Amino acid sequence: MSALTQLAEGLVKGKIKVVDLTETLSPEFPYISLPPEMGQAWPFRIEEVSHYDDRGPAWYWNNFSCGEHTGTHFDAPIHWVSGKDLPNNSVDTIQPERFIGPAFVVDCSKESAANPDFLLTKPYLLDWEKKHGKISPRSWVLMRTDWSKKSGDPEAYQNYDETGQHTPGPDTDAVRFLVEDRDIVGFGTESIGTDAGQAYHLRPPYPCHYYMHGAGRYGLQCLKNLDQLPPTGAIVVAAPLKIRNGSGSPLRVLALVESK
Amino acid sequence: MPTLPPAARSRVALGLTAAAALGRFELQQCRDCGTVQYPPREACQQCLSARLDWKPQSTGGELLSDTVLHHSNDLFFRERLPWRLGLVKLDCGPTVVAHLHERVAQAPGRVVVAAKLDRAGQAVLVALPDKEANMAEDRQLREFTCDPKFRKVLVTDGKTALGQAIVKALAAAGADLIWVGHSEPWKKFAGFDELKAIPQVTLLPLDVTDSKNVKEVAAEIGGKVDILVNNAEYHRTHSISSRYGVDTARAEMDVNYFGLLRLAQEFGPAMRGRGADGLASAVAWVNVLSIYALANFPPHGTFSASKAAAHSLSQCLRAEMRPAGVRVIHAFPGPIDDEWNQLLPPPKVTPTALSGAIVKALREGVEDLYPGDVAQEWLARWRDNPKALEKELST
Repeated sequence: MSALTQLAEGLVKGKIKVVDLTETLSPEFPYISLPPEMGQAWPFRIEEVSHYDDRGPAWYWNNFSCGEHTGTHFDAPIHWVSGKDLPNNSVDTIQPERFIGPAFVVDCSKESAANPDFLLTKPYLLDWEKKHGKISPRSWVLMRTDWSKKSGDPEAYQNYDETGQHTPGPDTDAVRFLVEDRDIVGFGTESIGTDAGQAYHLRPPYPCHYYMHGAGRYGLQCLKNLDQLPPTGAIVVAAPLKIRNGSGSPLRVLALVESK
Repeated sequence: MPTLPPAARSRVALGLTAAAALGRFELQQCRDCGTVQYPPREACQQCLSARLDWKPQSTGGELLSDTVLHHSNDLFFRERLPWRLGLVKLDCGPTVVAHLHERVAQAPGRVVVAAKLDRAGQAVLVALPDKEANMAEDRQLREFTCDPKFRKVLVTDGKTALGQAIVKALAAAGADLIWVGHSEPWKKFAGFDELKAIPQVTLLPLDVTDSKNVKEVAAEIGGKVDILVNNAEYHRTHSISSRYGVDTARAEMDVNYFGLLRLAQEFGPAMRGRGADGLASAVAWVNVLSIYALANFPPHGTFSASKAAAHSLSQCLRAEMRPAGVRVIHAFPGPIDDEWNQLLPPPKVTPTALSGAIVKALREGVEDLYPGDVAQEWLARWRDNPKALEKELST
């Protein structure tokens, strides 16, 4: 039996589950907002075109607008200045096979619950590998924080105070280790941004953006349901919209998980 | 739909309304013989000259007689009987019929006459006591004003200094309940705690760029709002050439123009339906525009354009609210003393002064207000010669 036939059979018979890692796009879902003097990404907005009414008797549809980095979304290397000159660095030019890959899910939920500014470090990753095995090349590393469980409460999800946003993320060494020593394809988080809320104060600022995109790797953020994934063995399907020269896009992220 | 007082006026008579809309008392005065006349006519009743000017007049007068109306065939007054009227000999000349405030003593006696807009949006004359009196609670005067006292108000943006000043001024003016909108509710803003501590205040997430949110908020409170103050504003300081791209200009339009449109579509119908809902009916809608709505101020060119668009739309709103007797008030402030006007030299309107002017306009029944020195000066220049103002602003 071919691998694809096996996959098809697994899906049909329910041996392979599909887990949706995507937040619902809605105007209420929290969005990134930069200091007011900077350009702003459009939040998700939706307007009805018709609803089986005088504007269109037999059909219902909407117009929506949003920035490329809205809701659960994909970051391409061209998003960051460090990746601006790389080949195939925009969503339309990335080779499609890069959108599908194995997932390594690093559980930081306890640490993040105790400390919203929790930083994932290289020693933490090495320790994780001791338990679950080495992270393989061309895989996605997903940082599970259970932060997505706050997404119904925008205030808690954004977690702002006078000093800015407080959400977990990786530190500089962890990012460099994943890119340089483990050759991963991308890094995913549950909060807004692959970097921590306070990552502006790291060196360099926003290390995950800087090094991932500088090395032609990708980012996924505002993921959910990472608690339904095993530490290893899941496959992630994350194909962004094919926007010409696009720096990212909202997308549906799915994970294939084998039932025990 | 509520009943309205008689609304028909000749074009000449609209001169009284035009002045009353600004809170001014102007009567026709003959340029040739100096006679002041009322009611308005095409020619001077003294010398038949057609050279008549609308001029500010002294407001004092002598109440000659007073009466109480117990019967009227006019539907509006029929519902409001008994109604007090009087004959006043104005110091400036003519004798006029005026509505009488309850605190005006029986004739004879001194009164002060004001031109007020009635629920049909037309000017009528009202005789008030010449000493300080409680204006807010007079049943007849309340038909001509939009006093916030005892009323329920929505202020669309409580995050700005202006929004907070408006809320405080409304609370001090005796508003019953004040809903205060704030967008991006996850960001606690300066002044949040102080605002929350005001007993009449209820904060609610409101983002005028989000149609769904505006619809939901209107569904929740739209049937209760007596006065809506739309101060939601997006202001960046750019001309066409100082900022490349349309994003900032679009954000300005989205809040300043489309935001108003969304609010008008969602709150308008409910407020129209409550135009005569007893003594605490829906009475007013205030839009905080800008003096730049009249003429583009190039350093803030895209903002000016968005305010001009909002002004135009608000004229449409005024036409649509008029049959319900809900007054649409336009505030045209000069530059407000806030962070987006940091680079402009004084004089600038303080949020407190502007909010005070808005409450005063509601109380006095004014329709267009131009608070601040810059606004007053621009208004005078614009009325005198709009083209000259455009040329002056382009250098």
